[in-house]
Amino acid sequence: MDARVKPGHDEGPLMTKPLISIEALARRYPKHGGGETTVFQDVWLPIRKGEFVCLIGHSGCGKTTILNVLAGLDQPSAGVVIVDGREISGPSLDRAVIFQGHSLLPWMTVMQNVAFAVTSRRPDWRKDKVRAHCQKYIDVVHLTGSEHKKPAELSGGMKQRVGIARALAIEPKMLLMDEPFSALDALTRGSLQDEVRRICTATEQTVFMITHDIDEAMLLADRIVLMTNGPEAKIAEIVENTLPKDRQRTDIHKHANYYALRNHLLDFLVTRSKTFASEIGAKGYDPRHPPVVRPGAKPTAVETEPPKAASA
Amino acid sequence: MERSLSLRAAILSLAILAGLIGAWHFATLPTTGAAGDVDPEYAALVSGSAAEGQKSAFPTPADVGATLWKHLKDPFYVRGANDQGVGIQLAYSLGRVLVGYGLAALVAIPLGFLIGMSPLVYRALDPFIQILKPISPLAWMPLALYTIKDSGISAVFVIFICSLWPMLINTAFGVASVRKEWLNVAATLEVGPLRKAFRVILPAAAPTIMTGMRISIGIAWLVIVAAEMLVGGTGIGYFVWNEWNNLSIGNILTAILLIGLVGMILDVALARTARLVAYRE
Ligand SMILES: Nc1ncnc2c1ncn2[C@@H]1O[C@H](COP(=O)(O)OP(=O)(O)OP(=O)(O)O)[C@@H](O)[C@H]1O
Ligand SMILES: [Mg+2]
Repeated sequence: MDARVKPGHDEGPLMTKPLISIEALARRYPKHGGGETTVFQDVWLPIRKGEFVCLIGHSGCGKTTILNVLAGLDQPSAGVVIVDGREISGPSLDRAVIFQGHSLLPWMTVMQNVAFAVTSRRPDWRKDKVRAHCQKYIDVVHLTGSEHKKPAELSGGMKQRVGIARALAIEPKMLLMDEPFSALDALTRGSLQDEVRRICTATEQTVFMITHDIDEAMLLADRIVLMTNGPEAKIAEIVENTLPKDRQRTDIHKHANYYALRNHLLDFLVTRSKTFASEIGAKGYDPRHPPVVRPGAKPTAVETEPPKAASA
Repeated sequence: MERSLSLRAAILSLAILAGLIGAWHFATLPTTGAAGDVDPEYAALVSGSAAEGQKSAFPTPADVGATLWKHLKDPFYVRGANDQGVGIQLAYSLGRVLVGYGLAALVAIPLGFLIGMSPLVYRALDPFIQILKPISPLAWMPLALYTIKDSGISAVFVIFICSLWPMLINTAFGVASVRKEWLNVAATLEVGPLRKAFRVILPAAAPTIMTGMRISIGIAWLVIVAAEMLVGGTGIGYFVWNEWNNLSIGNILTAILLIGLVGMILDVALARTARLVAYRE
C-alpha cells in the first residue's frame, strides 16, 4: 500500500474504463416564487469494476436522487450516466437496487419474492432451477428455514436480508444500496454489514451505497465520496480508505489510520460540509476531478507519476 | 379472555333478542284474543276504525314464528304466478342480483384497472363518474323499461348500474395508489407490462377492489327489493309488495327477516373472499 496525496488529476489506467460513469449530473426543481433551485450540480464520478463506493452527505443533498438516476428510475435535469459507453435510458437488471425500507412484495413469501426477481432475469429457466438458485441466495443471507414466510412475519433485519438476497440473486453487474441498514438496530446492522462485506469481496461485486454512518463507510467502502450540503451540493472530495483490505469490525479501530480517517470524515460532516464553498474559493476546484485524500497515510512524497503498483 | 368475551357477547345478544321478542309479545297481546281467525279480522280492520285496528293487526311473535315455519317448511311451492314459495322468490332476486352484479364486475374491474393505470384517463373520466355515481339507481328504471321493454332485464340493468360505481371507483383508486416502491421493484427487474399488472398491481390493489365489491353487493341487495316492487312479477321485493296488498303483515315480517339473512350471507361471503387476498405490510 503506497501512501501519497494524489493531486486528483491522474487518469491512470484504472480510471480509463470505469464500469459506470456519472457525468455532469444536476438536478433542479422549480422554485415557488419562480426560478429554480439546484439540489446538486456538476457531479462527476466514475466507478470502477469491483469497487465499493460509499456516498456520504447530509440529509437533502440529493443522494437518493443520484442513486435513483443510477438505477434508471429518475431522470436528471442535466448530465448523463454512462454504462458500457452508452447513456442509460431506464432501469436494468444489470443494476440491482436494495431500497431503503425493504420494499418486498408483502403478498409473496420470501421464496416468491426472490423467485420473482430470478424469473425476471432468467425467463427461460425451469421452475426447479429457479428454486435451487433462489435457495442458494436465501442460504447466503442465512434465511434458511424462512423461505415460506411472508414479509410481515419477518423482523426488520430479516426483511432487509431478503432484499439483499433478491438483489444478489439476479447476479447484477452493479449493486445500488440506499441506506440499507439505517432502520436496523446496531447488532443486526453489524452482522448484516459483515455479511454484505463477505459476499461483495468474495464475488468482487461493484457497489454504490448511500449511508449516514461513518463507521459503516469505513468498514465497507474502498472510496468514500463526500457531498457538501444542499442546495447546490457537489462532491467535495473523495476519501480513499486507508485501512487494510482484510479489515474486520472487531479490530478495525486498532489500526493506526483508524482515527485519522474517522476524524477526517467526522470533521467534514460536522463543519466542512457547510463551509466547503468558501474553502474552494481559495484553492480552486475542478468538479471533474475533486480532490482525493488518504487520511492517515503518510504523505511521503507528492508523486508526479503514480507507481505501477498502484492500489487496486 | 378472548373466548369469554365472545361467550359473554353471545349471551348478551340472546338476552337482547329475548327482550325484544318479549316487548313485541306484550305490545301485541291484548287484541289477539281470538287467534284462530286472523285473516277476516285483518280484512275487516282495513276499513275499520284506525286506532284499535292497527294495534290488533300487528301479529304476535308466535304468529310470525308460525308463518316463518310455514314458509321454511315448504319454500319452493308454486301455486300459480302470484303464489310462489318464498324460497323461489328469493332465488329470483338472488339470480337478478348475481347476474347484474357479475356483469358489473366484468365491466368495472378491467375498466377501473385501465383508469387507474393512466392518470390522464383518471382525470378525464372523473367528472362523468362523479355525476353518474350519486344518481339513485331507480332513476334509471323508466329509461331501462323504455329502451329494454322487459321488466326482468330492466331490474338486472338497475342492479348492474348500482353495482358498477363502487367497484369502478375502488378498482381505479386501488390501482392508482399502488405503492411507488413496489412499482420501482418491478421497474428495476424489467418486468413486462402484463406480468406487472398480474403479479404486482392486481395483488397490491386486490384488498381495495374487494372492498368495492363488498360495498356493491350490499347496495345491489338493497336496490333489488325496491326494483322488484316497481317491476313486479317475481322476486322477494314483489313478494313484499304483494303481501302488503294482502295486508299479511306476518308474511312481510318473514320476508324482511329473510332479506336481512340473505344480505348478511352475501356480505360474509365477500368478507371471507376479501380475507383471501388481504396482506399485511
Ligand atoms: N418534487 C420536488 N420539488 C422540489 N424539491 C424536491 C422535490 N423532490 C425532492 N426535492 C428536493 O431534492 C433534495 C434531494 O432529495 P433526496 O431524497 O435525494 O435527498 P437525500 O440526500 O437522499 O436525503 P436523505 O439523506 O434525507 O435521504 C431534497 O432537498 C428535496 O427537498
Ligand atoms: Mg435518501
